[in-house]
Amino acid sequence: MFDFVSFFPRAVMQGIPLLFGSTGEILTEKSGNLNLGIPGIMYVGGISGVIGAFFYEQSVGSGELNGLLAVLIPFLCSLIGSLLMGLLYCFLTVTLRSNQNVTGLAMTTFGVGVGNFFGGSLIKLTASEVPSIALGRTSIFFKTALFGETNGWFGQMFLSYGFLAYLAIIIALGASFFLNRTRPGLHLRAVGESASTADAAGINVTRYKYLSTCIGSMIAGLGGLYYVMDYANGVWSNNAFGDRGWLAIALVIFTIWRPSASIWASILFGGLYILNIYLPTGGQMALMELYKMLPYIITLLVLIVVSLRKKREDQPPASLGLSYFREER
Amino acid sequence: MHKQSLFHISKREALPLHKALLIRGGIILLSLVFCGLVTTVLTGENPFSVYGTILDGAFGTSRRLGVTFRNVAILLGISLAVTPAFKMRFWNIGAEGQVLIGCLATTACMILLGDKIPNILVILISLIAALAAGALWGFLPAFFKAKWNTNETLFTLMMNYVATQLSAFFIIVWEVPKGAGKIGIINQTTKAGWLPELGNAYMLPILVAAIMTGVIYIYMQYSKHGYEIAVVGESQRTASYAGIKVDRVIIRTMVLSGALCSLIGFILTSGVDHTLTTTIVDGRGFTAVMVSWMSKFNPFIMIAASLLLVTMDRGATEVSSSLGLNHSFADILTGIILFFIIATEFFITYKVSLRKSGKKEG
Repeated sequence: MFDFVSFFPRAVMQGIPLLFGSTGEILTEKSGNLNLGIPGIMYVGGISGVIGAFFYEQSVGSGELNGLLAVLIPFLCSLIGSLLMGLLYCFLTVTLRSNQNVTGLAMTTFGVGVGNFFGGSLIKLTASEVPSIALGRTSIFFKTALFGETNGWFGQMFLSYGFLAYLAIIIALGASFFLNRTRPGLHLRAVGESASTADAAGINVTRYKYLSTCIGSMIAGLGGLYYVMDYANGVWSNNAFGDRGWLAIALVIFTIWRPSASIWASILFGGLYILNIYLPTGGQMALMELYKMLPYIITLLVLIVVSLRKKREDQPPASLGLSYFREER
Repeated sequence: MHKQSLFHISKREALPLHKALLIRGGIILLSLVFCGLVTTVLTGENPFSVYGTILDGAFGTSRRLGVTFRNVAILLGISLAVTPAFKMRFWNIGAEGQVLIGCLATTACMILLGDKIPNILVILISLIAALAAGALWGFLPAFFKAKWNTNETLFTLMMNYVATQLSAFFIIVWEVPKGAGKIGIINQTTKAGWLPELGNAYMLPILVAAIMTGVIYIYMQYSKHGYEIAVVGESQRTASYAGIKVDRVIIRTMVLSGALCSLIGFILTSGVDHTLTTTIVDGRGFTAVMVSWMSKFNPFIMIAASLLLVTMDRGATEVSSSLGLNHSFADILTGIILFFIIATEFFITYKVSLRKSGKKEG
């Protein structure tokens, strides 16, 4: 039978990386930057955390890990890694006004390359038999359920996750509040709708674009960190993260640029991603691949319906994908 | 109160072509030097021997030379295919899926029709099926863009994964042997549906890409369609005032773009790899977007750009295998070169001058 209580937590764990990614990308896109480098940034966020954790585990040797440091070091490394990627994207597209699509795609190529290269190098360092790095000792601290051991269906469904999962939800709610209820949030949306109007109103367009894109990158990078440290039990293997970065971008469209909606939508996408394991396929392995197509098809339908209905509050930021140059008409 | 920025940035008059090319050439050289440095830092090898290995990996033997040029042809072909749409400012990043769906259609024909009807018919039907599939993949985003202004970047991006999952589905349906999860070489013994070799295994894709280069150049420069595409790209309003049916141009161009992409897919499956995997396109659909853009949509510069990227890719593969590194090293180098080229465009388009200090205005 379909066991929803055991299905739901797995859907959530699939969804959390997507939630981080889409919240980061929404903040970024609200400034008018279409950052297609998110998949690469999530790889970099993941591998930076792995590198930090790896060297911390090495330096401690067989001794006891300090719980706080074991969490803090990978966390900060991940933030720094994805911040650097965000800065690079901003420098190229905001300061040098390059084409955002091209820059983003190059960042994805580069970021995935960085992830797999350093992943591969670390694997060589450990000289292990399997092509992966296991950081189980660090992972334990990430996986520790924030609310302790819980029983019953409620505990299993809502209280059984590591702290990053709750952080993802808090960040999404915070981003939603920031965008809709605060003055800087209003300014940010103005920049994304029409940078020249915002500029004329005295808003520092460059600063808003830089800040929102860099912070967005750091949030997205945490998705990579969560994936390795919590979901994958601290095991990094190359390309394991897959195309989740693109799925996060799909999620942005699906939620029509609303981080709060991302919370349930990411769980839905996560569920669709693993639904094939739970649905009866009658031994038809091929059908599983078709189920995996569902998130993309649904996203396409949302994209079409949104453009059909032409409701103004549902549209993408008007200047999405365009660079801003004050002296251009 | 108001801080003056240190630099003044203004738009340049168009640089003469030779000067712009000189700047680009210089930057590419610089990026190569930088790549060498990065390689040295990461591997501790002497940079000159690294370059030697790169050149050896790309051109060292006649077989490597052949593979390199065949890969150049494939990348060039996809870059040419996406160009008409880009010139129209239609951001189609779905080339990956459009190529893959061509591969899938070809595979379907080869498996279902192979050995049942004459070989030439199999090839012809595969070609037509591939073109039709790619045209459909191009038509859908264009139709919605033209009618309801649906965001084409996001639409085409999603279509990539629809194509991927569709391929994954059929790979399992047709897997050989059952349970293997892959198709393997199709019709290995009978070679039904395989494109004939011209001289050697590498010539056919190269020939197709060469013809495509000429045709696309003429189409973009000298045909009425090419002119309409250019006008729509500059300004849709101007185009519709001038009596150009913008909707029709958008749909027609994307159908063409998609069909050309799947032509390359047809060649990949029928003439090169003789198989179908979900990663057969290997990110080249995305790389092609960058090639087309950094060549300023000029087919002849695209040849050089594809050659540069493929050489680095093949060379870096050689470097990483000889040093026991991971293949992804190639992606890092490709990324670095692209960043350099992307950054250069700014200095070609804009002029940066230092502000006179001391003179505070406003």
